[in-house]
Amino acid sequence: MKMLRIIPNDTNIQFINKRFIAMVLSSFLVLTSLGLYMTRGLNLGIDFLGGIMLEVKTKGQADIGDLRSRVSALNLGDVSMQEFGSPDVVLIRVQRQEGGDNAQQAAVTKVKDALGDVVSEYRRTEFVGPTVGAELQESAFLAVVAAIGAILVYVWFRFEWQFGVGAIVALAHDVISTVGLFSLLALDFNLSTVAALLTIAGYSINDTVVVFDRVRENMRKYKKMPLPELFNRSINETLSRTVNTSLTTMLALLALFVFGGEVIRGFTVAMMWGIFVGTYSSIALAVPLLLYLNVHRGAEDEATSKQPEAAS
Amino acid sequence: MLEFPTWKRILILAICVFGVLYAAPNFMPAGWLQDMPEWAPGKRMNLGLDLRGGAHLLMEVDTKGYLKEVLENSDKTAFRAALTAAKTHGTVDVVGDAIVLQVRDRAKYDDVRSRIRRENPDFSLEDLGDGKLRATLTETALRDRLSTLVQQSISVIRRRIDEMGTTEPLIQQQGQDRILIQVPGLSDTKRLKEIIGKTAKMTFHMVDMNCNPTDKIPLADKLVPSDNVGRDGKPFMYCIEKRIRLTGQNLVDAQPTFQDGQPVVSFRFDSRGASVFGKITADNVGKLFAIVLDDQVITAPRIESPILGGSGIIRGSFTVQSAKDLAILLRAGALPASMIYLEERSVGPGLGQDSVDAGETASLIGMALVVIYMFAAYGLFGLMANVALLFNVALILALLTILQATLTLPGIAGIALTIGMAVDANVLIFERMREEVRNGRSPFNAVDAGYRRALTTIIDSNLTTLIAAVLLFAFGSGPIRGFGVTLTIGIVTSMFTAIMVTRFLVVIWLRSRRPQTLPI
Repeated sequence: MKMLRIIPNDTNIQFINKRFIAMVLSSFLVLTSLGLYMTRGLNLGIDFLGGIMLEVKTKGQADIGDLRSRVSALNLGDVSMQEFGSPDVVLIRVQRQEGGDNAQQAAVTKVKDALGDVVSEYRRTEFVGPTVGAELQESAFLAVVAAIGAILVYVWFRFEWQFGVGAIVALAHDVISTVGLFSLLALDFNLSTVAALLTIAGYSINDTVVVFDRVRENMRKYKKMPLPELFNRSINETLSRTVNTSLTTMLALLALFVFGGEVIRGFTVAMMWGIFVGTYSSIALAVPLLLYLNVHRGAEDEATSKQPEAAS
Repeated sequence: MLEFPTWKRILILAICVFGVLYAAPNFMPAGWLQDMPEWAPGKRMNLGLDLRGGAHLLMEVDTKGYLKEVLENSDKTAFRAALTAAKTHGTVDVVGDAIVLQVRDRAKYDDVRSRIRRENPDFSLEDLGDGKLRATLTETALRDRLSTLVQQSISVIRRRIDEMGTTEPLIQQQGQDRILIQVPGLSDTKRLKEIIGKTAKMTFHMVDMNCNPTDKIPLADKLVPSDNVGRDGKPFMYCIEKRIRLTGQNLVDAQPTFQDGQPVVSFRFDSRGASVFGKITADNVGKLFAIVLDDQVITAPRIESPILGGSGIIRGSFTVQSAKDLAILLRAGALPASMIYLEERSVGPGLGQDSVDAGETASLIGMALVVIYMFAAYGLFGLMANVALLFNVALILALLTILQATLTLPGIAGIALTIGMAVDANVLIFERMREEVRNGRSPFNAVDAGYRRALTTIIDSNLTTLIAAVLLFAFGSGPIRGFGVTLTIGIVTSMFTAIMVTRFLVVIWLRSRRPQTLPI
């Protein structure tokens, strides 16, 4: 039986020689992302800023102009309207109201009264007051910091510190560029996005660890091989796995993107970008970085003698 | 790695069967479940509000306002009583969160102090000298008061929501002074909030017939607006006595009904309330009697004759719905404090069903794509991985069902994502086998080495994702937590199915066929 082979057995791409291209590309990616973040900022959702969000279904096709004029007449500050997945569904967002938590609640009632019978169904009503918004912001920040910290500790524990540095650089690259993508496309940055970022962090490390495992194994196996050649060999040996896993995950995400509905589309977009950039960074960034971090083979040998069951 | 003792085989099979059995009820029509025997697994997954539709409200009890009110009223009264008992005079004032007492007759100071000490153990006392005493609530008393307050609020809210006739509402305390309410299936939160938001403090006062609302108001009186709007667009004002004659606490029943074709609310007092009410009405025939709800005069009827039966009727500008709501509020009792709305997330039934459908379709199509890809890439071994993947999904659903963890839309996304990532372990193993075959190993050796060598990598890579998943669960709230739960369960089950189930299948195949070459 003929099997699908995306990466042929004798693949030998000279990744290490091309590392400068990757480094220029990644630096560009990270710097642009940071620049975007600082100039354009993020389109923070109501989870973090507080405010009001309504998803309404109108009778017949939505007349966004009419809806906007009805809500704007209430003088509640910034109002945004957006068709959401279908011509008779509109997502309405109203900025956080001055005057504490109860003011949000009062504004929701006003908006609903103003929309009146144009709306046939309130599909979603959400408001987040300033208190909860600040708490969610804090807990999201804590979660990201704790995740990166825990992953760092784990990698440090399982590998030499040089690997830890490589892995964290790749991870930071993936997370920062995802944030940059959100800034560029002005996608709604909410709690689900933070969940996506954490999952991307997990995936990025997962991918990097698989390649690192092979590097470590080859360092024990080929004691005299020059490091660039050894790194290249390790990447190529695991390339088929890297591509296959990324592809199956992408296929699942693609199904979510197309059929999963409007509510989680932002989440799916973040994940797809994360898988893509995570795959790239573990190959083109994490491993070549080891060249500059002065990896000790001697230290690895000691590690081998300590855990003989790992070597075969 | 290829040895499989019998107990291990039985265990693997048992776990897979268990997964299928417990996942199955989720796919059966509701009617089937009722016909199933008692012992059969019949639970379904617990769908989150974003999937079944419903309202989620987070509120904070206004504890500051409540504490101040208690100090101003009952505590102050108790302190005054101590002055009276010691047969002296003085002033009692609330300053910040303390009560400051000034005894006029210094000689009686110690007497007053010891009486307060005895009667009000909630306070710690501080002598300011010159007959002045400062009393602040002890920390324990403060905590007790707050927790009683929140508990009382919860039980009042629960009674009110139960009276509305909704199904399985969740009402629980969160943190120190917060209350979380989740009502599945309810999409009109406006009425819910109206019902919860009303303090529903009802008091009965006499209207001061000698006071004109436009003139200077006597000290013993206060102006209260009515719910009737006059011709100038402003509410009609009543001048009522401050003195509370009766409160809603003396009510035993309230029902919406009709009088002369108008919706009204009938009420009944308990025995004490009935006797007080009888005496008031007997003494004040011809005068106006005001029923005040949350600082608004609902109605102020003229007392035509003494009412001795202890029941009466509230007329106001009611609709059928508002008469019904007022009756609910009166029956359930007053909230001890007002509520501050912190957060609301409600989902209509239409969106909920749409999300379930979209999630189902996406997961099935995603799974089909992965299954096809795995077969195309690894042939027979891909098929075995696919069998393991099916068991993996069954196990995830079974665990979610058993733990009764809440499945949310991001949770479904987590399952779909897990389907894509679950095959990673098998990809690692199969790629390793290919390498071993290329290095000239026999089928048995290649399979053995493939599993053994891939194992550390699988554990390393899965543990890192697990760290992220567990943190999502620990720090996340609501839907994100749901995503963390399914991702965590998915990683654990996928390690089991990818390593144990496929190995089991591969070993059976190897031993029965004894192939010369590995078709991988």
